[in-house]
Amino acid sequence: MENNVVLTMRGITMTFPGVKALDNVDFTLRKGEIHALMGENGAGKSTLIKCLTGINDFEAGEIRVDGVDHPVKNRSTMDAQKIGISTVYQEVNLCPNLTVAENLFIGREPMTALRTIDRRKMVKQADELVKRLDIKVDVTQNLENYSLAIQQMIAIARAVDMDCKVLILDEPTSSLDDSEVEKLFKLMNQLKDNGVGIIFVTHFLEQVYAVCDRITVLRNGTLVGEYPIADLPRVKLVAAMMGKDFDDLAAIKPEGFTYDADAPLEISARGLSHKGTIKPFDLDIHKGEVIGLTGLLGSGRSELARSIYGADKAQTGTLKVGGKDAKIKEPIDAMHLGMGMLPDDRKAEGIIGDLSVRENIILALQAKRGMFKQLSRAKQEELADKYIEMLQIKTASRETPIKQLSGGNQQKAIIGRWLATDPDFLILDEPTRGIDVGTKTEIQKLIIKLAGEGKSVMFISSEIEEMLRTCNRMAVLRDGQKVGELDGELTQERVMAAIAGGDSK
Amino acid sequence: MSALKKFTRSQLFMPVVCVVLVLLINVVYDVAQGRPFYEFFRIYLSDAAQPVLQGRLISILNRGSEVAILAIGMTLVVSASAGTDISVGSVMSLCACVCCTILAGDMAPQTTELAVPLIVGILGGLVVGCLCGAFNGFLVANLNIQPMVATLILYSAARAIGLLVNHDFIIYVRNDTFALLGGYIGPIPTPIIIAAACIAIALLVLKKTALGMYIQSVGINRKASRIAGLNSALIIFVCYLICGLCSGISGVVASSRITSADPAAIGLTFEMDAILAVAIGGNSLGGGKFNLAGSIIGAYTIQAITTTMYNLGISSAVAPVFKAVIIIIIVVVQAPPVKAYFARRRAAKALPTAKKEAASV
Repeated sequence: MENNVVLTMRGITMTFPGVKALDNVDFTLRKGEIHALMGENGAGKSTLIKCLTGINDFEAGEIRVDGVDHPVKNRSTMDAQKIGISTVYQEVNLCPNLTVAENLFIGREPMTALRTIDRRKMVKQADELVKRLDIKVDVTQNLENYSLAIQQMIAIARAVDMDCKVLILDEPTSSLDDSEVEKLFKLMNQLKDNGVGIIFVTHFLEQVYAVCDRITVLRNGTLVGEYPIADLPRVKLVAAMMGKDFDDLAAIKPEGFTYDADAPLEISARGLSHKGTIKPFDLDIHKGEVIGLTGLLGSGRSELARSIYGADKAQTGTLKVGGKDAKIKEPIDAMHLGMGMLPDDRKAEGIIGDLSVRENIILALQAKRGMFKQLSRAKQEELADKYIEMLQIKTASRETPIKQLSGGNQQKAIIGRWLATDPDFLILDEPTRGIDVGTKTEIQKLIIKLAGEGKSVMFISSEIEEMLRTCNRMAVLRDGQKVGELDGELTQERVMAAIAGGDSK
Repeated sequence: MSALKKFTRSQLFMPVVCVVLVLLINVVYDVAQGRPFYEFFRIYLSDAAQPVLQGRLISILNRGSEVAILAIGMTLVVSASAGTDISVGSVMSLCACVCCTILAGDMAPQTTELAVPLIVGILGGLVVGCLCGAFNGFLVANLNIQPMVATLILYSAARAIGLLVNHDFIIYVRNDTFALLGGYIGPIPTPIIIAAACIAIALLVLKKTALGMYIQSVGINRKASRIAGLNSALIIFVCYLICGLCSGISGVVASSRITSADPAAIGLTFEMDAILAVAIGGNSLGGGKFNLAGSIIGAYTIQAITTTMYNLGISSAVAPVFKAVIIIIIVVVQAPPVKAYFARRRAAKALPTAKKEAASV
């Protein structure tokens, strides 16, 4: 094996029923480098990772790992760990109700002479480990007491401690805010200096340029190329991922798309609140408006939206929809008033995993019609095909279980589900999370188009740029409270200032 | 994909294979005993004054009716709540007791006359079944109690309540009209007709309404279903209600067979058969997607195994051992790792041919 190289994958090929997921893909990872694996949804990033970690069984190709003198074919993640390949996923796969120390040593606890767990030693070792990695936690506390970012770092610490040579980080930053991302990057750089090779899968372009040394780009299951970071500026990277030059993102907002305070009201909330998540707030939303909710993670953005939609029933206040008093106890009540909501947690609250793409798309419309007015099969298929085509959902067929689709395509299907109900007021909570650049643009265009049709959209995103491009007004939240509204010229500085506090006019 | 290939990969394939296997055992045994190979499948009219259909197939369909009806409700409960209703056997017995007590009226514990029209007794039994189902449903859907625990209450209590209703007696209703339900209409056993009607109604409802999708959706992801506008609690409640109704129907049929309500005997261990029927049908007991036809086939498979035991002359005391062996085989061939193994082998076989095809192009 070449000097410095810790992992090579050559000619990896794998097919899913009806789809060639990977076709002859090569990948090389060196010691002490952070290597970004980039591609659109469905490009094969996750599949390639899964071939490496033994979750997927690839058909052809060869994987070689430094220190193993034969080609590697992992049968399980356990196999992969044994030869030093560890993975940390977007969702933390640890046990929240165990302590940090227990989580760090699950399955490999230090033992006493009596073959019982040596707790004192475990705590001591755990403490040393987190200190070494500069993670500030009390290892005797339960994991659930810490933020998602810390939990993620604990997961990484666990991986690192198991003599890992290759560390795979699959979308680790999706649910972290900027300061948490900073901390994670610090940890990554520290590991890099220790000679660990890191594979970094992310959709955030700026993060790639902030921390990576090298980029490998996949498209439609094939290798586009491997580039040192300096040779591939952002625009070229996007072009490589999409296979074309993409139109300027900034230009999607049409002329004159500004806040119109005289437009008729769609939603008018007075003093709505939900105990423990969102303090009483007033909010007016006009027809044909895209209102953005902005604020740090946990500031109550999602919770505000949920209290309007009835996902968390509002406990105080009144709500008018289209000028009439509305009582919303359950989401179905909101749907009958013409609302729809794409929740931010796609896996827990969005997809019905085992049901087909077709069923997932028609579900909300069918729920609205009621049990006894079943959509005919032909109508169901027509609707499914319409949104698969319109949103360019990549799926083997409309009858494929939605869980087999890549994350971004699942998201598109859920968007299709709501478009099918033809809502007057659509709440989109992080619709672009974990979605590739091309699709992001499509979704943003779609939002503008809906507003153009006189519908109201509530848009929540952690990416301020994206909100600036689509919203004509913003509500700012801080610590579970609505602290202000912004209209007129929306700029990053104004929004940042409002989020941070101080001037929020 | 050819029709055959489609079928071999469908969920129904293994359950059907199991039935065929059980039937085959009978055929082989019959031939070995010097009987014609079609002995097992022979259906004939009896010599009695009123001829009725007889034969082993008829016997399986007849005796398997109660479990088949229970399997309908159980399938829905398993799908929606990822749990099982273990009270169905006890509820059967309670419904039978209520039905017979109403029918016997003052003349209990023994009568040959019906105190009230038959339909009143039947409805009484079914209403009690629904009430039991509603009770279970309320505990599971609204109070979020684990299905096993929630239904454990009626599992232990319903049989005892039945005894209370009966005033500690076994109530006999030796009446020809009542006996009809467990007997024959014309030459056809009535339980077969009742089971067929239940199955037909269930399939029709699932086809013509969105209930099936609602149930599966709630069973797969209750939170997401709620956001998409489904009333998850109501749907789970309805499944338990239907399951209670199925228990009621089965209970009335079972008591009619023996023209009496014996709280200790009716529906004994039927909950296990009903759950097993769902599992043999290839349905995951973890909830979610279901296939009702699979469960029905499963129910009759269990009965076919029992009948086979008799055919082979195995004494009823040791029959459960053989039944267990067959069931182990059925369940193991459908276990995910075993299925995955066969899928891998299929893929390995398919690959060289695919390559050849690619090369020829």
